[in-house]
Amino acid sequence: MNIVVCVKQVPDTTEVKINPETGTLIRNGVPSIINPYDHFALQTALELKKKHGFRVTVVSMGPPQAKSVVQMGLALGADEGVLLSDMAFAGSDTWATSYALAKAVKKIGKTDMIFCGMQAIDGDTAQTGPAIAQHLGMAQVTFCEHVEVDGRRIIARKQIDGGYETVECRPPALFTMIMHKDYVPKYPSFLAVHASLAKPYHVWSAEDIGAEAQYLGLKGSPTQVSKIYPPPQKEKAEMFAGSGQAAAERILEIMRKEHFTQ
Amino acid sequence: MIEVSKKCIGCGKCVPVCPFAAINMIDKKAVMNEACTLCGVCVQICPVQAIAITREEASRRDHSGFKGVWVYVELTETGDKTHPKKIKPVTFELLGAGRKLADELKEDLCAVLLTDKDHGYEKELGSYGADKVYMVEHDELFEYNTDIFSTVVVSLVNRHKPSVMLYGATIQGRDLAPRVASALYVGLTADCTALAIKDGLLLQSRPAFGGNIMADILSPNSRPQMATVRPNVMKMNEPVHGRTAMTVRESAKLDKSLRRVKVLERKLSHDGGGVRIENAKIIVSGGRGMKTKDKFKLLDELSKLLGGVVGASRAAVDLGFKEKTHQVGQSGTTVSPKLYLSFGISGAVQHIVGMKSSDVIVAVNKDPNAPIFNVAKYGIVGDAHEIAPKLIEALKKK
Repeated sequence: MNIVVCVKQVPDTTEVKINPETGTLIRNGVPSIINPYDHFALQTALELKKKHGFRVTVVSMGPPQAKSVVQMGLALGADEGVLLSDMAFAGSDTWATSYALAKAVKKIGKTDMIFCGMQAIDGDTAQTGPAIAQHLGMAQVTFCEHVEVDGRRIIARKQIDGGYETVECRPPALFTMIMHKDYVPKYPSFLAVHASLAKPYHVWSAEDIGAEAQYLGLKGSPTQVSKIYPPPQKEKAEMFAGSGQAAAERILEIMRKEHFTQ
Repeated sequence: MIEVSKKCIGCGKCVPVCPFAAINMIDKKAVMNEACTLCGVCVQICPVQAIAITREEASRRDHSGFKGVWVYVELTETGDKTHPKKIKPVTFELLGAGRKLADELKEDLCAVLLTDKDHGYEKELGSYGADKVYMVEHDELFEYNTDIFSTVVVSLVNRHKPSVMLYGATIQGRDLAPRVASALYVGLTADCTALAIKDGLLLQSRPAFGGNIMADILSPNSRPQMATVRPNVMKMNEPVHGRTAMTVRESAKLDKSLRRVKVLERKLSHDGGGVRIENAKIIVSGGRGMKTKDKFKLLDELSKLLGGVVGASRAAVDLGFKEKTHQVGQSGTTVSPKLYLSFGISGAVQHIVGMKSSDVIVAVNKDPNAPIFNVAKYGIVGDAHEIAPKLIEALKKK
């Protein structure tokens, strides 16, 4: 089977800070990382490759520096890497992004399974994966923790509201991955990175994937960002310092005041 | 498109503020790369007004035929044989929010209900504000399935052309909505925390970057304008008994072959008893400051006394104090209870984003500068593992 994994380079949002005066993000010193959910999706795909000998292609869309996340995929064991990079993609929302990624998958060739992270930690939309599946007319299983393959059967364990489901489908299908509790992210060694430089890697433009300009970028995006602003600041906390007993009394008093106890 | 004029003095102020790292200084001039989303932060910060975003004029497409604010009704299993399914609370929240939008637009508020059996849901939907219920009753709708449900919703939208459609930002809503939006080529905004009407358009506000910034989003050129809405944020209206909705029965041609993904097994946490953390009204949460697994167990007792559920920071989970299913935060569960009482959690960003929309946050931590106090309403500076047992004693005495 042929697998495509979609990965995104994101700023480590846990490291992002806000300038309290201007309300803007301070990006200085904030590392760019592979989106953690995509990392898990990549590892899931590579485990299937190891077990069944599948072929894995890693795809990303982004500026030239996003090459590093594709390279990481190659160093961890993927067979081929693709970066979609073109100013025509700038301003793409999830619709236009998924359109471009779906076009790229078509160019890659016959694809049996697509793996995506459940969402990216910078956008938090969780929309691109299902939208790719729709563009390609594929089945989808979202919020998966585990995917295994048995012949032509694909079995996935997925989160649902309030529990879990085990589901079955046949290829072609797209899976979006959440992390399961025992997941340990793997990072490639320096030697592996060096060796991966010899693997096939392509940078494709909008033209290369046969994407129509009217569906790309700002023009092709049905949603538009009208404003970005800092979240409303909470009022300062009412502080109290005290020993065990006094602090416990204070908490009770707060709970009475806020009507949680009589 | 975005353009940098000759006025650019190469000061570089725009580079660090760009949320998407999309600006490079090349030959002392700002140059945008492919990561640009045209969000406009650089336009605001530029001291010499050198950056301009020009948007192509909105298409002249006529949207006047699109009317009605639609709410997707989500059903949930109850585990009870006689009433196997009930309407999820988020649906009532959407009806509360949708009612305001519909009134402002002077359009109908419509609930969209896909079910295998009519259990009189339309009465309940009417009492929470729906004017109309589009109901599709079909055996194949016995459980949620992406292919089947998206096929039905797409055909309903094409038939009736609503102007707005809202879904809960639940796992089901986030599975269904992008599929529908992608098929219809319409705008979809994820996980909104506020909705309003501005110049006749749906103004959708949502947090991004792990909650570090807010974005307002519009979908000016396509209908319906679709959004998923975060549960526990919108206020539901008090149900008005006797207020009824008009039921419009819709047909759907469905058969088994559409169902490409089949459920082999379903496990719901209420099978094992206990309240789920994402729905809890009160959460008593603990972190590294609880010191040991044994002391952490005090929080079980405390939460029982308060009628709540136990949460944990990633640190506490990593230390083995509590199972991962209780983890609150970016890599755990996002919660917004009425009361979030935290013990010994310092408040790493990844934790804060998962709990900061709680109504009342009471934080106990020995470090007065702990970041958790920035989001708390009440802060207690003290040793969490000593305060917790005293609070249990005090509650028991009452």
